[in-house]
Amino acid sequence: MASSHGTPPVFNNKVIAWIDHRLPIFSYIEKEYHTFPTPRNFNYFWNFGAIATVMLVLMIATGVVLATNYTPHVLMAFDSVERIDRDVPQGWLIRDMHMNGASFFFIAVYVHIWRGMYYGSYKAPRELLWILGVVIFLLMMATAFMGYVLPWGQMSFWGATVITSLFSAIPVVGDSIVTWLWGGFSIGNPTLNRFYALHYLLPFVIVAVVALHVVALHVHGSNNPTGIDPKGPQDTVPFHPYYTMKDGFGVVIFLIFYSLVVFFAPDILGDAANYIPADPLVTPTHIVPEWYFLPFYAILRAVPDKLGGVIAMFGAIAVLFILPWLDTSRVRSARFRPIYKWFMLLLVVDVVVLGWCGYNPPAGFFIPLSQVATLYYFFHFLILLPILGKIERPLPMPPSIADAVLKKKAG
Amino acid sequence: MATASVPAGGHGDPTRRDFLMVATGALGAVGAAAVAWPFINNLNPAADTLALASIEVNVKPIEVGQAITVSWRGKPVFIRHRTEKDIKEAVAVPMSELPDPQTDDSRVTDTAKKVRPEWLIMIGVCTHLGCVPLGNKPGQDKGPYGGWYCPCHGSAYDTSGRIRKGPAPLNLVIPGYLFLSDSLVRIG
Repeated sequence: MASSHGTPPVFNNKVIAWIDHRLPIFSYIEKEYHTFPTPRNFNYFWNFGAIATVMLVLMIATGVVLATNYTPHVLMAFDSVERIDRDVPQGWLIRDMHMNGASFFFIAVYVHIWRGMYYGSYKAPRELLWILGVVIFLLMMATAFMGYVLPWGQMSFWGATVITSLFSAIPVVGDSIVTWLWGGFSIGNPTLNRFYALHYLLPFVIVAVVALHVVALHVHGSNNPTGIDPKGPQDTVPFHPYYTMKDGFGVVIFLIFYSLVVFFAPDILGDAANYIPADPLVTPTHIVPEWYFLPFYAILRAVPDKLGGVIAMFGAIAVLFILPWLDTSRVRSARFRPIYKWFMLLLVVDVVVLGWCGYNPPAGFFIPLSQVATLYYFFHFLILLPILGKIERPLPMPPSIADAVLKKKAG
Repeated sequence: MATASVPAGGHGDPTRRDFLMVATGALGAVGAAAVAWPFINNLNPAADTLALASIEVNVKPIEVGQAITVSWRGKPVFIRHRTEKDIKEAVAVPMSELPDPQTDDSRVTDTAKKVRPEWLIMIGVCTHLGCVPLGNKPGQDKGPYGGWYCPCHGSAYDTSGRIRKGPAPLNLVIPGYLFLSDSLVRIG
């Protein structure tokens, strides 16, 4: 829905009118965030884009403040983080907000991604919107990984060693690439310095890609739980106040859960081993990444071959880029796809099982379990989705969003 | 004019302008690559990092069956004084059982080509994803082959530091080392 509501807005305030005539920023806000026609039938899953945006702003705000007290040097980094926790006024709060903010940012984004999959938001004409979203996800992973290295604890050091060593799997040039990434023969001070520089840079790159994501979103407007395009004014409401309120409500509820963790259990999502200073000569007995990487870590370990494992892990994200073309069904929403609906729930179970495998040491029944779960993950995207779209018989669809909403109310 | 036969506005045949466009673009690409190189190479190890070349270790205090860990270039180096049993086991393994076939002798030879089977000197970094394997300290899990065991992803090494089982593709790396005397070794 690119159409706007008729005439451009008239501003009564002379200053605003003067500025808007030269830089139409107020017209833009009016058009894109006030009168913007938005499907009237969003459910609460549609909150998570706004929630993720709030978390991004919160991460940048807390991160800039933390940076004023952090020292990126192998001999001082750990102590400077402890000083933030113990001596700096409210340092503990800012740091707990930042490290748990990363987790809650990922929670919001994982729900957002799953919503896009369940309701087929990636289908034409929103493929580029989806791909920009996957780019944001990749940038988030890189940023989170480098941020986790900065406190220079045991998990920081060994997590960084394991992840950078992934590149040594590349034939011929692998070892040179790893040395280049490290700036030395092992993870050391040059590595910490560059990770800090990039950890500060990448969030602003994310902001830029989010801006593109939103621009692409506003070309055709949001998808909605029926997956049917709005056909007229009866199918939409203005973005403000309807969705500013609904998003605001969702953000508040989300931040309540976030605050519970920040104030009452700030270390529940972290690993105790990261409160031991990094020791290059001793590997912790059990290296685990942060929870949001566990499913991908399980895929890495499920393949009993180094290069194969690395390819599978990156492949697990790469399939998301081509998802719009793997799903052959022309029906967007899982509401009208009786079989697909159940497979989307099974995919959630599969990813949770992968995460459980990633959390546990690679021994006993976790090895075959992670292999089965990995195979299923790729089966879902590469085999099931192309075939299911051809053989599934969709349920009858309502003629319009308004019909669907009003019928539900009447019934 | 050599290209007088090309009609103005004709398509198919390249014109002078096409040639100039391609030539300018190619030169621009070379220039951009030349400027990009210092930025990329800047991330490689600096001269002071490279200068951390070698260390000397006195191995006299290490009793038979003991092992120590020393730090070289920020990485752990294992020095194990192997027992007769360790050596026999390592030599007895048929090459066909090894994912990365190397004889035991080739792994205990210093840079002067002198073989000292009792001294095994290796970089203590798992060739899978860079963890430090267990087995160098008393009481640690040496794994099913009596050498080293990496707890991260389950790679097991034998008494010659060769990979036997698990995701690691290669044997533990032997750094260049030279015995300056029977008790003093220089690594690097």
